[in-house]
Amino acid sequence: MRARDSWLRRILRVEGLPITFVLLLLVVAFMIASPDVFLGYFIYMSFLTSVPPLLILAVGLTLVIAAGEIDLSFPSIMALSGWLLGYSVHELHSPWIGLALALLGGAIVGLVNGVLIARVGIPSIIATLATQFLWGGLTTAFSEGVSYSLGSVDETFVWSLFVGRIGPFPVSALWALAVAVAMWLVLNRRRFGEHLLFIGDNARVAEVVGVNVAREKIRMFVLMGVLAAFASVLLTLENKNFFNTQGSGYLLDVMAAVFIGGTSVFGGQASVVGTIAGSFIISMVDAGLVATGVQGYWVRAAVGAVFLAAVVGNMAIQDPERWESIRRRLGLTRSAPR
Amino acid sequence: MTSSFQHIVRLEKVDMTFGRVQALTQVDFEVGRNEIVGLIGDNGAGKSTLIKIVSGVQRPTAGNVYVRDRRLDLEDYSVRTAHDLKIETVHQGQTLGEKQPLWRNLFVGRQIVDRFGFIDVKKEKEIANQLLLKAIGFRGHGITADSTVRDLSGGERQGIAIARAMYFKADLIVLDEPTTALAVNEVRKVLAFVEGVKTAGGSCIYIEHNLAHVHEIADRLVVLDRGRTVLQFAKGEITLTELTQHMISLHEGHAHASA
Repeated sequence: MRARDSWLRRILRVEGLPITFVLLLLVVAFMIASPDVFLGYFIYMSFLTSVPPLLILAVGLTLVIAAGEIDLSFPSIMALSGWLLGYSVHELHSPWIGLALALLGGAIVGLVNGVLIARVGIPSIIATLATQFLWGGLTTAFSEGVSYSLGSVDETFVWSLFVGRIGPFPVSALWALAVAVAMWLVLNRRRFGEHLLFIGDNARVAEVVGVNVAREKIRMFVLMGVLAAFASVLLTLENKNFFNTQGSGYLLDVMAAVFIGGTSVFGGQASVVGTIAGSFIISMVDAGLVATGVQGYWVRAAVGAVFLAAVVGNMAIQDPERWESIRRRLGLTRSAPR
Repeated sequence: MTSSFQHIVRLEKVDMTFGRVQALTQVDFEVGRNEIVGLIGDNGAGKSTLIKIVSGVQRPTAGNVYVRDRRLDLEDYSVRTAHDLKIETVHQGQTLGEKQPLWRNLFVGRQIVDRFGFIDVKKEKEIANQLLLKAIGFRGHGITADSTVRDLSGGERQGIAIARAMYFKADLIVLDEPTTALAVNEVRKVLAFVEGVKTAGGSCIYIEHNLAHVHEIADRLVVLDRGRTVLQFAKGEITLTELTQHMISLHEGHAHASA
């Protein structure tokens, strides 16, 4: 009956291990395909500068999806917060005020999302789609479609603190790592995180065991808003530039990173470690295929293939019974149903 | 905490409406010290609504609730405050997070945390494993604190839900149809548990479809019909056959009314 806890399964169930293995496999494949690029350290430093915004967004979204919700509005938070930062640096010459405004803006957008979803009762996919248009549009209006070049921002302390370099190593990678570790702790070791898992598992159960479902959801969307704002701060400072569509490319990549990492679309089950690996896979396939000379349109296809393989693999690990039944239906196994 | 009180819980003229549906109308209901009250009635009679009010899941539209003879401020009454007042409820159907490990299910809502607010996973697992072995008797089934709920049978799930209520040492345990979909020997375990509550000095509200079970075990029977308490019997006042007759005639009354 319960023989499914074989040694192999136990290893596969270590959080994020299988997908981390896939990531290492990819690195090795790229090393073989393009040794002069992938055996040097430069490409890895380049990854570490491009991964942080994606990673921070993805670990935040992991918590949202764990609770059975979705947030489609983070690209517009990235635009709004980026504009608040850019405006403050450009017009007020104060990156500190910019940082505070950016984070505050993210928190307010998150709060609006949370109230719409948890109190008014609008499904999150619809509420955040609407606020995505709303804040994205407002940001374009506020900025009058103009982008800011923040050329001299790299002389400020804020710039050094968040995206400076220690030798060739980007500080932003440390910030991303700190956020990821903090979110792992929040999800797995805090009451709040446990409540999110139960809400995603079954909101009715969460309610009868004493979880304040509405309050926890609002807190979660505020957290997502602040993380999206922080991702935008890193991106804007790194690029030394603000433009009003700067978040829009992230929507699908971030969702892909979360699902590749093994977080369940049905809620109640999530892996922050998996999301970290997923984020690296997404940016690695992008950069790696270009470096190995594969043409651009193959990159998306490769991401799709890795994505599908990861999702099927995760299902096989998390839901062995369903996997067995699929194998039986495909005639891959001769064992009779028990 | 053993100060003198007459009723562990008492509802006074409680109304509950959901939109245009009147689920409870002017319900008076009480549970005495060390008393097992069997709550019976047809589907939709309002039994689950009544116990959701007792357990803090829902707020009544009107009326008062007393715990240990003290009136509650219903604005502040929640599942959490019910737990603080030593009222535990095993709700009908799903009461466990399917994809979550047993140790999280046992402690969710009142986690053991260190002084920085982090969940003490080691301690929670330790207690969960002890509970699984001693209280529930899952020895040798390969079930540990790390097993997820979906690995368990219906009876095993009910066992976990009841063990959770037991562990937190309630003065009042509310069981909403705990024997539905259980095998015969598992039903006996639940009944033995209710008797154990009585012996230990606790009280119990026991909702049950099976009249034989509830007749056997309850000190008092309360019949709920279309949101009103219509009949009450003390133990020995009525035989099982008479009770069954009563329930059938109530049911037929509905049939005539709606015909």
